[in-house]
Amino acid sequence: MAEGGPAAPGPSAGRGSRALGNRGVLVSSASTVLFFAMIAVVVVLAPGSGVVAERFFDPSHLWQSLVGSEGLPSVLGAFWLNVQIFMFSEVFILILALVIAVVRGIPGPVFFPFRLVAVAYTDLFRGVPLILVLYMIGFGVPGLDLGFISYLPDVAYGVISLVLVYSAYVAEVYRAGIESVHESQNVAARSLGLTRWQSLRFVVLPQAIRRVIPPLLNDFIGLQKDTALVSVLGSIEAARAAQIYGASEFNYASYVVAALLFVLITIPLARFTDRLIARDKRRREAGALA
Amino acid sequence: MNEHPALLLEGVYKSFGENEVLKGIDLMVEPHEVVCLIGASGSGKSTLLKCVNLVEPIDSGRVVVEGEEITAQSVDANRIRRRIGIVYQSFNLFPHMTVLRNVTLAPREALGTNRAEAEKNAGDLLERFGLLDKRDEYPDRLSGGQQQRVAIVRALAMRPHLMLLDEVTSALDPELVAEILAVIRELAREGMTMLIATHEMGFARDIADRICFLEAGRILEQGPPESIFTAPEHPRTRQFLGRIIEAGRL
Repeated sequence: MAEGGPAAPGPSAGRGSRALGNRGVLVSSASTVLFFAMIAVVVVLAPGSGVVAERFFDPSHLWQSLVGSEGLPSVLGAFWLNVQIFMFSEVFILILALVIAVVRGIPGPVFFPFRLVAVAYTDLFRGVPLILVLYMIGFGVPGLDLGFISYLPDVAYGVISLVLVYSAYVAEVYRAGIESVHESQNVAARSLGLTRWQSLRFVVLPQAIRRVIPPLLNDFIGLQKDTALVSVLGSIEAARAAQIYGASEFNYASYVVAALLFVLITIPLARFTDRLIARDKRRREAGALA
Repeated sequence: MNEHPALLLEGVYKSFGENEVLKGIDLMVEPHEVVCLIGASGSGKSTLLKCVNLVEPIDSGRVVVEGEEITAQSVDANRIRRRIGIVYQSFNLFPHMTVLRNVTLAPREALGTNRAEAEKNAGDLLERFGLLDKRDEYPDRLSGGQQQRVAIVRALAMRPHLMLLDEVTSALDPELVAEILAVIRELAREGMTMLIATHEMGFARDIADRICFLEAGRILEQGPPESIFTAPEHPRTRQFLGRIIEAGRL
């Protein structure tokens, strides 16, 4: 290094920590420790650090808000509602978004109004903030007095709002996938006598969906977090339960608990997405060699 | 059996924007005839083949397949397309399907053949072309020559009455060209009607009943291979073949 030349590469040029070699592991450990030590010093030396520790990280409050107590909801129990909202919304989003993406791609003048509706839909719901959609659906639809549609539980309007907003994003992801499949695939399918729909269903969509799985999962990580916004309609989900706890105990450990729960379910999905991306990359490289 | 020509093109015009690619093509292919289209790149050979099965819609003219006009307003083009097999330069296999599924997809979905029968037919065809052991592989595991043979089998699985081959050896390494040409010879020997766009002049001379020389979207000259290759009438044909011979390709 003194000569100014680059360090000689280690004998093992693989991936991950194996690639670093002994010296590399030392350097990365040292820099990691230093980095976090600096953050810790800043936090601990802050004038209000004692108060923050008591308000946010008190162990008994952490535990009590997690499991709940008499008169106060458990953040963990309330989090189950987030998980349910997420799962329900996800299924409907995957279906509705696919319909929108496909409709947007139908050629021919007859289908112009359908395409127009699909474009207007994505423009509208990508543009309006989710919280406003929640207010409008959650308070507007019950106000219509339209039979059972106006008397659904609050959480249902939350799911509907999430589906409306996220479908607009996911439809665009699908559309990018559909457009990434080379036209020659469609030509080959049509040349075999398959109809436009058959070509889409058997040839184009399966390839398109496979390619967009990583960005789809990315959108779903966002969806997992946004389930917290459903609380504005009165549903007691994790963030709302944490707020109730904080307001009656004057302690915010409940927010830390809720945040950790969200992180805990997001991490597996994030790592899974990373693995899929890495797998796709390996496949593409293998394909390029063949 | 069939007194209609296998294929009849009358006054076919096709433009891509300003660029007029086909300028009035008249062509007739009799049943069991093998017709080769030769000509420089950009002369319209590939476009002509794509227009035959209307993958590229034509601007004017008529395309008649076994007496049925595929260009007519009320005709279901998908139905007529099923009688025409087409194989492209770049194989265009479906990468997310096994070889067997590639071959059985169209018979099952477009013809409604049941799975067992479609797979049996596919198995027979794959065996004939030496691909039976590849039936469960995905296309990216096959060599270019194998992929192109699968593409031919995939087209044959529809039991086409007419095969269109669009420079099917152009994307292949030279040592793989022979295996594909052997397959096409085999098809010709069995009496398959074929319209072939090719740069392989030796092969064209060998296999074709008739050669058509295309130049700038028109058929300048056509006739049996011996007269086209030995005594071409048109000066442009002479010039084109002269260059081919210079390049050592004939």
